[in-house]
Amino acid sequence: MLLDKSLKELLAGYRNKSIDPVDVINEAYAQITKYSTDLNVLISVRDKQEALQQLRSLSPSLTLYGLPYILKDSYSTTELRTTCASKILDNYFPVYDATVHQKLKAAGAILLGKGNMDAWGHGASTENSDFGMGKNPWDPTRVVGGSSGGPAAAVATRMCAFAIGEDTGGSIRNPAAWNNISGLRVTYGRVSRYGCVAYASSMDTVGPLGKTAEDLGVILSVIAGSDKYDATSAPNPVPDYSQLLSKKPQHLKIGIASEMFGPGLDKEISANTKAFADKLSDLGHEIVDISLPIAEISDAAYYILAPSETSSNLSRYDGIRYGNMRELFTQETMRRIMVGTYELSSGYYDAYYRKALKIRTLLIKTFQKAFDKCDVILLPENPIMPPKLGDLISDPLANMLADLYNTPVSLIGSPALVIPSGFHKNGLPIGVQLVGKKFAEGLLLALGHEYQQATDWHTRSHKL
Amino acid sequence: MTKTKLITTADIKHLAKLANLPLSPERLTQLASQIETTFEYIQTTQNTDTSKYLETNQVNELSNILREDIVDDSHTFTQEQALQNAKQTHNGYFIVPAILE
Repeated sequence: MLLDKSLKELLAGYRNKSIDPVDVINEAYAQITKYSTDLNVLISVRDKQEALQQLRSLSPSLTLYGLPYILKDSYSTTELRTTCASKILDNYFPVYDATVHQKLKAAGAILLGKGNMDAWGHGASTENSDFGMGKNPWDPTRVVGGSSGGPAAAVATRMCAFAIGEDTGGSIRNPAAWNNISGLRVTYGRVSRYGCVAYASSMDTVGPLGKTAEDLGVILSVIAGSDKYDATSAPNPVPDYSQLLSKKPQHLKIGIASEMFGPGLDKEISANTKAFADKLSDLGHEIVDISLPIAEISDAAYYILAPSETSSNLSRYDGIRYGNMRELFTQETMRRIMVGTYELSSGYYDAYYRKALKIRTLLIKTFQKAFDKCDVILLPENPIMPPKLGDLISDPLANMLADLYNTPVSLIGSPALVIPSGFHKNGLPIGVQLVGKKFAEGLLLALGHEYQQATDWHTRSHKL
Repeated sequence: MTKTKLITTADIKHLAKLANLPLSPERLTQLASQIETTFEYIQTTQNTDTSKYLETNQVNELSNILREDIVDDSHTFTQEQALQNAKQTHNGYFIVPAILE
């Protein structure tokens, strides 16, 4: 398939005319027709003639000329409705574009559709969608992961060349691992959040999903940077990530914390993550022991802060200026709003919300100490393999524990790269998580790229 | 000894009112149990001593990001755009629920 090719290969092919971008877009639409309805991958699909017309209007010299992409349906787009996978917004047509979308368009990329997700980002499975539960391309009886499940599945089933997800407590990382693709949670502020429906504003990040670390670097170079419409976007200069990635990282210290391999972790995932460390060691890096006794406390603190922030953010949906009435929130979303409302209410604020903010400080200091001893921290990504459809949504505790290794990183604002690292004996893919210091995306991508040059896990495809 | 509930059904009803969430009796029952489970979990944070830590509200280390106080014409809505997603409008206004009898 043409869409198996890397972004650089596609772009080079367009430039020397060996690949016609029309064929690639046709191929993406054929995949959408084949899989989207059965797996509940996309919520809205762009008219094909409109996409092809946009292609004809573009200069072939543009950075991302003609590359088709999918956005999570949490981004404002003037071409397609933005539902956030909730009936509340099922007929909401934004009048402006999210910055990430505007930047991709300006660089010549072409939006094909909007990906399914857990409504408002509330979930780790895409079961909490009003547009049908997202199914895993590797086993459609199991969840696709989430909350950016649709965009991840769209990459895995080649409905696009890359996709944009959103990661608050693991929403890019979890589905990347469960779909055998690569995903990047960026440093908080690295990419503008303007035009992204807010879940928990102090942790929401905008990031790419793609086939390889190299592809993620190509996209990050375009979407990163400060934005006058997002006061939390970082003024740090944006490097050329593709160039950083082409330099082989030398003798990195990779930190591993034994506390992160506790009894809640699937044994095969545990062994796989350790085998990944061995491979990095073979590649010339040094594995060092670090201490991070914080997974459980992080997850609990996250499940105080995120509902608190979401109860405030979702209070704007009153059905007056846009959207429908609040009785259409799902039970999962109502649970989160009510938990947050309670935590922020007078008399409980100190015990919950303020306590969690102090735990966040503790986490930052703990990670600082760990990063004194290493350049990159290796963590398992998901503690479990994708459950059967319907299992997580009916079990709030399991739902929260699915984010165990993601929430510590979210709370401290660090970047994390997830890449495929092998397979479970049940045939489903496993991913690992590489965590860096703030703004170390270049280093993470370079390490991921080095690993992907030496292995072929990321090239394996589902058997649908 | 029976376990004391962290959250009562009366609490749930009060929260639903505060958060403006209409609840069916069935959903109320289900949420009461789910919210109890959630609080049992997040209650574990109380076991960590945080007395020597200050709060971290945000992690991007920026402060006082301001802009010029001028109208940005590229980011204003026309009246038509502002109203285009509203369910109920009248003479170019939003219709809102009455709050006074």
